[in-house]
Amino acid sequence: MSEIEEVKVQIGEAVANHPILLFMKGTPTFPQCGFSQRVIQILESYGIEFRSVDVLSNPQVREGIKEFSNWPTVPQLYVKGEFIGGCDIVVEMHENGELAEVLVAGEPAEARSEG
Amino acid sequence: MSGAEDIKELIEQSLETSHVEVADTTGGGDHFQALVVSSAFEGKNRVQQHQLVYQALGDNMRERIHALALKTLTPGQWQEGTR
Repeated sequence: MSEIEEVKVQIGEAVANHPILLFMKGTPTFPQCGFSQRVIQILESYGIEFRSVDVLSNPQVREGIKEFSNWPTVPQLYVKGEFIGGCDIVVEMHENGELAEVLVAGEPAEARSEG
Repeated sequence: MSGAEDIKELIEQSLETSHVEVADTTGGGDHFQALVVSSAFEGKNRVQQHQLVYQALGDNMRERIHALALKTLTPGQWQEGTR
């Protein structure tokens, strides 16, 4: 298995093992990018526990997560194994109340609405 | 590729769009915001809609565009004015 494929397997395991997982630049205490910071602020406003992965300290994950999600940017939020989106989507879902449902119910509204 | 107009063109070339707005938010040629209205978004969730736009931008997304704040709407949503 190539290195990038191995990283993607590890990402898959991390996503499956952590109900709320944020791939971000920096750490919740010291975000290194405004978009990551915005998502951290939103997650913290719900008072929930979440895990984060700093892609800056791991260049392989930084590349791997883009392929894994077919998404070119970081931050990326996963809830119960489902890719929720990047900063724009998280902000939008926070503002329209969908994010509260997803985080509380643990089931992505997007997946539900697809029936 | 240098600016908002180029991004608009790239999106319009590969997506069936009815309305596209792109703005250079800092004037520096690497931070943009875009509103894209497309019938291709029908029946897709937001992640899938954004992925279509990212695909249209291809390597530019990785190499030249540092940040793109994206808003996607179907023509129906656009007409309702739910921006």
